[in-house]
Amino acid sequence: MATLTPTISVKDPKLGHGGSGVHPPVSDGGDDGRGDNGSPDYGQRLRRARLGLLVIMVPITMLFVSFTSAYVFRQGLPTLDEHGTYVRDWLQVNLPVTLLLVNTLLLLVSSITVELARRQITLQVALAPVQSIPGVSIGSERNFPWLGSTVVLGFAFLAGQWMAWRQLADRGFYIATSASSSFVYLLTAAHAVHLAGGLMVLLYAGATSLLHKPVEARRIVVDVAAWYWHFMALLWIYIFALLEFMR
Amino acid sequence: MATGEVVHVHAAPQGFIRKYIFSLDHKVIGLQYYFLALTAVFVGMFLSLLMRIHMIWPTAVLPLVGEIKPETYLGLLTMHGTIMVFFVLTTAPQGGFGNYFLPIQIGAPDMAFPVLNMLSFWTTFVAFVVLLAAFFVSGGPPLHGWTGYAPLSALTNSGPGEQLGADLWITSIAIFCIASLMGALNFITTTLDLRAKGMSMMRMPLTCWAWFITAILGLLAFGVLLSAGILLLLDRNLGTSFYVPLVVVNGQVMGHKGGSPLLWQHLFWFFGHPEVYIAILPGMGVASQLVSTFSRKPIFGYKAMVYALMAIGFLGFMVWGHHMFMSGMSPYSAFAFSLMTMAIGVPSAIKTFNWLGTLHKGRIRLQTPMLYAIGFVSLFVSGGLSGPFLAQPVLDIPLHDTAFVVGHFHLIMGVAAIFGMFAGTYYWFPKMFGRMMNETWGKVHFFITLAGTYSIFMPMHYLGMAGQPRRYSQFTELAYLQHLIPLNRFITYAAIITIGAQFIFVINLFWSMFKGPKASDNPWEATTLEWTTATPPPHDNFGGHTPVVNHGPYEYSVPGAPRDYVMQTDPASVKTH
Amino acid sequence: MGLALLAIIWLITFVSTYFFAAKTWWLPHGASTSAQWIDHQFAITYLLMGVVFVAAQGALGLFVWQYRDQGKAAKADYSHGNIKLEVIWTTLTAALFIGLNLMGSPIWAAERFEPAQAGSVPVEVTGMQFAWYFRYAGPDGKFGATAPKLMDPSAGSEAAIGLDTSDPASKDDVVTGTMYLPVNRQVDLTLRAVDVIHSFFIPSMRFKQDAVPGLAIHMHFTPVEVGDYEIACAELCGLGHYKMHGMLKVVSQEDFDKWLAAREAEKQ
Repeated sequence: MATLTPTISVKDPKLGHGGSGVHPPVSDGGDDGRGDNGSPDYGQRLRRARLGLLVIMVPITMLFVSFTSAYVFRQGLPTLDEHGTYVRDWLQVNLPVTLLLVNTLLLLVSSITVELARRQITLQVALAPVQSIPGVSIGSERNFPWLGSTVVLGFAFLAGQWMAWRQLADRGFYIATSASSSFVYLLTAAHAVHLAGGLMVLLYAGATSLLHKPVEARRIVVDVAAWYWHFMALLWIYIFALLEFMR
Repeated sequence: MATGEVVHVHAAPQGFIRKYIFSLDHKVIGLQYYFLALTAVFVGMFLSLLMRIHMIWPTAVLPLVGEIKPETYLGLLTMHGTIMVFFVLTTAPQGGFGNYFLPIQIGAPDMAFPVLNMLSFWTTFVAFVVLLAAFFVSGGPPLHGWTGYAPLSALTNSGPGEQLGADLWITSIAIFCIASLMGALNFITTTLDLRAKGMSMMRMPLTCWAWFITAILGLLAFGVLLSAGILLLLDRNLGTSFYVPLVVVNGQVMGHKGGSPLLWQHLFWFFGHPEVYIAILPGMGVASQLVSTFSRKPIFGYKAMVYALMAIGFLGFMVWGHHMFMSGMSPYSAFAFSLMTMAIGVPSAIKTFNWLGTLHKGRIRLQTPMLYAIGFVSLFVSGGLSGPFLAQPVLDIPLHDTAFVVGHFHLIMGVAAIFGMFAGTYYWFPKMFGRMMNETWGKVHFFITLAGTYSIFMPMHYLGMAGQPRRYSQFTELAYLQHLIPLNRFITYAAIITIGAQFIFVINLFWSMFKGPKASDNPWEATTLEWTTATPPPHDNFGGHTPVVNHGPYEYSVPGAPRDYVMQTDPASVKTH
Repeated sequence: MGLALLAIIWLITFVSTYFFAAKTWWLPHGASTSAQWIDHQFAITYLLMGVVFVAAQGALGLFVWQYRDQGKAAKADYSHGNIKLEVIWTTLTAALFIGLNLMGSPIWAAERFEPAQAGSVPVEVTGMQFAWYFRYAGPDGKFGATAPKLMDPSAGSEAAIGLDTSDPASKDDVVTGTMYLPVNRQVDLTLRAVDVIHSFFIPSMRFKQDAVPGLAIHMHFTPVEVGDYEIACAELCGLGHYKMHGMLKVVSQEDFDKWLAAREAEKQ
């Protein structure tokens, strides 16, 4: 097999096995998240993580689009009853609106706190090189625990959703009572599960600060979790609006 | 360009567990997926063998298995379809070859998210174990077919296997959805963000395009399947009525009311149709790659091939209703779905013309990988041309739910897609294992398998036209089916021989891994990036350097070039267009 | 190797095409008004697809032999494609596929867009695990009420479909396990299913329609030849799916009236 002579001289890379074929030319800067001097390229990693989040938001959206189309389809569907006549058996659910509004408020406030946490750590990353200069202080070291607040609010929201389910049950709407009540539990539970996942990530982000991981790495986790959290808030508003206005 | 600069190499893992079990290396993970699929395909083939034997000899008592009762037959059928569609066709082409070769072909050291990649394999593995568990629980595996139509799948007393077996089936599929979504995330992010310098999207090999678009299809479709499965689990276990209206089973009024069986079909097929494109697209990518390489010619119409892949992917989401022409769905929507279905035949035809155009005036090397690629094209034509029959609602009236459909989808998914996997195996084996597979036995395997699979699935079209319904465990009850039994017997014999021939492949595979002749770095004289690196590739794929790409992926027989192939990393001074 | 490949591809093509052309195993004899139209559309489709099949497989086999590497020094043709050719064959393919579809649409419209004509025979078909029942409305032309809680398959046909005998309209309803139809008269079918999805398939009538629980689906067809025609279930419905069959007997109008009168008399 003919070998093409490279027109540039290449420093022979250390390969583990026979390198008798054509060697790839050298390039500057790898694409493995590392920069010129071998240290991790956090900017690139952040972009990649955000791209990953954007991608994962698609199937989550599809899940709820699918539930929504099932909801709309079912709402308008006539079915044969025991006498053989077509009836529409959609029952309007008596939602505990006040409680749900409180929960919505909690979630919106948590969106604000997580956004502040995201900006807080972004600032920390920007100032990290400065802070490593001996004798330099950037002022008040007491940072408000925005991340912790978000976690607390997140748990409060989940507790509030649990209370809402109990209220629904007290009003006689269980999961199998009617198609409409089934969808109420389905949509709110599916959202709660996804929110809980986000909550776990936030807890992890908080934990890693205790484990003294580099702030740039932690920033990526908080950044992505924060955007995810906003997505969860928007999703909740959508679900609430669907259940309340398309009863 | 700087010279002599070495990029930091990730430390290779030490220890058996980190290297082979919980590896983060996409190459190891790719092989794990591949061997999972290889195991699954043998399980699936064994099930189909039992099915074919039962259809011809319904009262036979088989060694080890015993007597196959009608409900056992349907359980075998359900598991056969589920295992093959999910754990073979959605696993090996994408998770196997895609995982191994996407990063290398785009010049990346690994996937974007290696930990997620490792998790996606193990989640798939768990899904497989959960599915197989259905064989061992009381009642056995479900009998509702891989399509799981409600209310049959939603009622726990509609038949044997519809209790725990059905719940395990749904759970396995739900876990599989999560695993696939994790994989799709990795493939998309990697393709968009990790391409080496000079590797523009329009310089990517068609295999990479196929894996990328397949991942997008999966991203959009698996969420819907997950939603369908959740609703089914709720109907079965919590008494909801998403899918079940007022029904009476064996004189007993069930507690459901108002649900819609058609809802399940809409949700399932919204996933199910893109799923079959997920199964075939990677094979099309491999076919394009091999037809070009072994014809020593650029692929005919690279851009058209890319746009055709995109068109197939996009249109694939608009045709799901063609599975529902007889379902009670509005005849007007049937007409709309039918038009879209005919439309999707157009990009598929373009691809076929372009493969033929690539072969035309080529210098074709008929080594085993190429034989399988040619076989793929032939099978794709055969399986594809029965589509326009089924796509017309009026012709679907006699053909729906008959053996005609079974022949159609087996030729495309059960054979063409499998040939894509064989082609990929024989082609990439040297790069993965450093040795060549045996050419002679490869050719023997090819000829028997091509003749054998045509013998099994082409006759099914005749059976379907004659009115033989599908999913019948035996043909003893209807007079008009009796004259079809000899042809069914022929199919069974062909199946026995063809399944036997697959052992030639497996023996060749494993023997060659250890005893095959050593392979050079580029035994097929191909142009894409995996052939520029060592065999097998080092841990970070390129030995500390990142490739720089100067050429497109199919620069064969370039006039004025020193050899009949120009590698993608060859200097820019070599003129290609 | 090239010759072997050409041979096997051409052989497979020839054998497949032969059995299609020879109609060794074919659609059963058609005995309804729609059969001639459906069979005609079928014939056009399979002719056109057959031509494409032979041409494509033929070209494939030919090219792999004709352009095989024979060790000569000449390189292959360096071409990235031909846009004009692409446009031509794309347009032709689109015209072929869409044209075929539009040709078949009037038949679909006639079968499915329009309800049954006046004067058609109303028959209700009920599918359940694992039998078909047929109900005739009797002289009053009305189907009586049925109730799910009255369904008892072990107590005869009327009980199987849950006929509510307290409803006056039920008094003259005839429920049988065999379907009788008068020749040359359209039947107005109402398809129902009691437990899971079944599919009512009469190959000779070129008729198929799923019977779905929760729905009462109206369909029609017109038998044109006297005879006995088997009915199969064409949607997986459980372990008895393969033996859920029935029989359609198409008889003269006279014989049909006599048969129905005899069934009515039995009810007294």
